[in-house]
Amino acid sequence: MTDQPILQIQNLNKSFGALTATDDVTLDLKKGEIHALIGPNGAGKSTLIKQICGQLSSDSGKVIFNGRDLAGMDMAERAKAGLGRTFQVSSLVMEFSALRNVMLAVQSKLGTSYRFFKNVRGDKSLTEPAMAALKRVNLEERADVMTAELSHGERRQLEIAMALALDPKAFLLDEPMAGMGPEGSKKLIGFLDDLRHEAPILLIEHDMDAVFSLADRISVLVYGRVIATGSVDDIRNNPAVREAYLGSAA
Amino acid sequence: MPNLSRETYLNIFISLGLLVFPFIATAMDEPFYITLATRVAILSLAAVGLNLALGTGGLVSFGHAAFFGIGGYAMGILASHAQTYTPIFTWPFVIEGTNQMLIIWLVAIVMSGIAALFIGLLSLRTSGVYFIMITLAFAQMIYYFMISWPTYGGEDGLSIYVRNQFPGVNTLDPSSFFYICLVLMFAGLGLSAMIKNSRFGAALQAARQNEERLAATGIRPFNIKLTAFVISGMITGLAGALMADLNRFISPSMLSWHMSGEIMVLVILGGVGRLYGPVVGALIYIIFEFIFGGLTDYWQFYLGLILLGVVLFARGGAIGLLAGKARHD
Repeated sequence: MTDQPILQIQNLNKSFGALTATDDVTLDLKKGEIHALIGPNGAGKSTLIKQICGQLSSDSGKVIFNGRDLAGMDMAERAKAGLGRTFQVSSLVMEFSALRNVMLAVQSKLGTSYRFFKNVRGDKSLTEPAMAALKRVNLEERADVMTAELSHGERRQLEIAMALALDPKAFLLDEPMAGMGPEGSKKLIGFLDDLRHEAPILLIEHDMDAVFSLADRISVLVYGRVIATGSVDDIRNNPAVREAYLGSAA
Repeated sequence: MPNLSRETYLNIFISLGLLVFPFIATAMDEPFYITLATRVAILSLAAVGLNLALGTGGLVSFGHAAFFGIGGYAMGILASHAQTYTPIFTWPFVIEGTNQMLIIWLVAIVMSGIAALFIGLLSLRTSGVYFIMITLAFAQMIYYFMISWPTYGGEDGLSIYVRNQFPGVNTLDPSSFFYICLVLMFAGLGLSAMIKNSRFGAALQAARQNEERLAATGIRPFNIKLTAFVISGMITGLAGALMADLNRFISPSMLSWHMSGEIMVLVILGGVGRLYGPVVGALIYIIFEFIFGGLTDYWQFYLGLILLGVVLFARGGAIGLLAGKARHD
């Protein structure tokens, strides 16, 4: 096994008119790690995630995933290639139950979305893996509840279950703890701690306790630029980071 | 006893009613009613096609008359050559006309499928109002093309003197032709129910509700929607061939935007996305036309009022009113 990073972002740029949202960003994600991306609001974290996933096109620069340049691939292809993503604001199929949302991910993983006849209800090749994914995020008791009726925190869990069901090679989690209670956050931290050994995680998170307890490495994004990358201690003690981001809190 | 929903009972009731209808009409000595019921079955099938795109997939196509008309002209062109014993074309190979329904249906389905593929490829890159307008524009293009093409009657249309044939059935008998149409309507309903419950149907419903999520899950929404649009066009095209056979007459009006609107009205009246919505919509439409069409030339004005009421107060259409909200799972 080589130490080749699974995800490499090289000199990525994106501007909206005069506003530079992503400014020459270079970072990578190695096997088995959690790489946290932090930065004040409007630093361009979500824009960067969208560029990696193919939801936004990049002005220049490269995203190399699993040894492959993702240029020209759309969101669906990148997801199929193994980028498991969760959204900052939950994005789910609201008129489906939690289980059927995850079943959608399972059928995508199996590559069987062009089957027209067999009823999906009670189709064990879909329901069993979907149920297993729900179990991992402790949502199995809510499997048959309509997504529109799930609480905010449960929807966050469901997003993660869908990403799990895709069995991705890397996770891109955009503020997975946002809106979760302290109990839920604590459980999720424990879960992500183990998850990194299945597939590395690029984690955007505002909850600093979570970031400091989970991250192997942290990159700090300010006005679209990475101003520092390093271990938890490096970042804590970096004067530029304290100045720009942590401010008086640290 | 299985726990069936009110909607299922309603669907069974309507199906049985249609199945025994020719006997009732014969008993009432009103054979014309069978023709009306045949129109219900055919319009239902056309609307079943649209309902797959519109209801399940959220694709508000205002151009389904294109497929209805193409199906109609597939019948008209094949049958007119069969009745004059002239080939349709002779180069590079000879293609003869036919009066066999099975072949006509196949041609109607294939031709409207090709048209839907082409229209869908271009129009599905847009959404919302633009999608509505582009589908309308394509249908109008075909409409004006048929008006200006004299070979098959142009604006005057095309008459076929004898109804086409089906092996082992006397298609000139109104009841027999009604049952042919009814069987195809049930087949369309069955297909559309099956598709909706399948993996493809799950992806299609997700495409309607949240395209971003579908793409992030690794399924390309465009391809799913295009496939649904083609299947939808094929079903409506088959209905067009049947309508042409019922009337033994085809004209460009089958292609006009009034027809697109009529099919859409059927779906909305009955209940968008509900399995039997198209059937209920067609029933209301035909009954309304029959009763009020005899009283006033302006019956469509009153139908418009009803449609307004349905859109404003009964969002599940007539089925929603009779059987309650749709069940989700």
